[in-house]
Amino acid sequence: MDLSVIVNNWNFLIVQGLIGFGPFIGGTLRLSIPAIVLGFVLGIFIGLARLAEARWIRVPATAYVEFFRGVPLVMVIFWIWFIIPQLLRLPIPEYGVALTAFVIFEAAYFGEIVRAGVQSVSRGQVEAATALGMTTTKTMTYVVLPQALRNMVPSLVTQMIVLFKDTSLASIIGYVDLTKAAQIVNNREIKPFQLYLFIAVVYWICTYSMSRVAQRLEHRRVAA
Amino acid sequence: MSYTFNWSVLWSGQSGHWLLQGLLTTLELSALAWLLAAALGILSGALRTVPLAPLRYAAISYVEFFRNVPLLVWMFFWYFGVPPLLPRPLQDWLFNHAAEFWAAMVALGVYHGARMSEVIRSGIQAIPRTQFEASLAMGLTTFQAYRLIILPVALRLIVPPGTNESLNLLKNSSVALTIAVAELTFQTRQIETYTAKAIEALTAGTLIYLVLCLSIATIMARVERHYAIPGLISRGGAA
Repeated sequence: MDLSVIVNNWNFLIVQGLIGFGPFIGGTLRLSIPAIVLGFVLGIFIGLARLAEARWIRVPATAYVEFFRGVPLVMVIFWIWFIIPQLLRLPIPEYGVALTAFVIFEAAYFGEIVRAGVQSVSRGQVEAATALGMTTTKTMTYVVLPQALRNMVPSLVTQMIVLFKDTSLASIIGYVDLTKAAQIVNNREIKPFQLYLFIAVVYWICTYSMSRVAQRLEHRRVAA
Repeated sequence: MSYTFNWSVLWSGQSGHWLLQGLLTTLELSALAWLLAAALGILSGALRTVPLAPLRYAAISYVEFFRNVPLLVWMFFWYFGVPPLLPRPLQDWLFNHAAEFWAAMVALGVYHGARMSEVIRSGIQAIPRTQFEASLAMGLTTFQAYRLIILPVALRLIVPPGTNESLNLLKNSSVALTIAVAELTFQTRQIETYTAKAIEALTAGTLIYLVLCLSIATIMARVERHYAIPGLISRGGAA
């Protein structure tokens, strides 16, 4: 198999497409890392809101999660793409559109993980913290969340991998990530088999190493 | 916000027809891809638990490679990358018979087959090892033990996660619009292009997906209760 197309375009595919340095605002990592962090932060709020005592907090949070879990991500990306410029009356770069769409969409999934994690912490812990005189906020931040976070690690990493793979969909609105970079190169070189197989391998190396790190973390957790 | 709503674009002109066409294509694509995914998933999921190492490794490499790469990349790979390698007559036939549809079906089926495989493997591994040993002691072969004992129980255990995965497949069929399969999302975009009414078009598409997903989830919740193994499955999920 002739791999010269990969060697010749290595810089564009890896430095521009995967990492995000170059003439375009792009990069799979530059999109996925902030999307993971912000999506998780929003997910914590949504997960906790689903467990709230007050109905007016719990019901909208549940509706949010059910809505976004019943709709394809592609649809959400198109929504943000059309709606935000209408609302703000100014054009938004692809990066902003993609980041907003991923954070909003993935927060629903992160929210479910957070909820399951919090529910896995035994009730007695909360009661003990209350008996010690801690406020609800303190109980959450010092007692429940640290333990919940530890229980969440495996499903969190799975969701991060899913999000990392999903960022390839940003290419459909023209964001230059790894997939779009391969498309651009392919339009010039017409070597689809080599190019798409190559980026498949690059994605695989990233996601597989993430899951290996997760396995190691889990073992350490069990040992501790 | 200076947007004037005009919901009539959804039923005037060709929009209604397009939406229906898109819905049918989505269902057709998802159903065919689901069959492929279920076949690959059951096969590779079962192979991952058999005592023969080469078979196990083949199944593991299939799952690990296809599951960990974005679906979009597989769409491009199967649509742009693979057909040029096929013999000429087959290529001609494909491009005269909706090649993009078949490429999308294979991409969806093979990708979700790898994900199904994980679901099925965990279902099989939830069955106590002693059941397998007991069936061997009764004189069944490994194949018979799988066909008659392990798989029937495992398939009932995996109804809840399997439903989840099938809904993912349905939602992911929207990625096929990138290779110009005229499914629901594609038709939604087409209405938007023709009428310049983005919000109305997207609302219609979104509602159809929501109704589809929620009704399948409701039906499957009933199926789940019907097939739950008494004592093995607590209400709603695998024990």
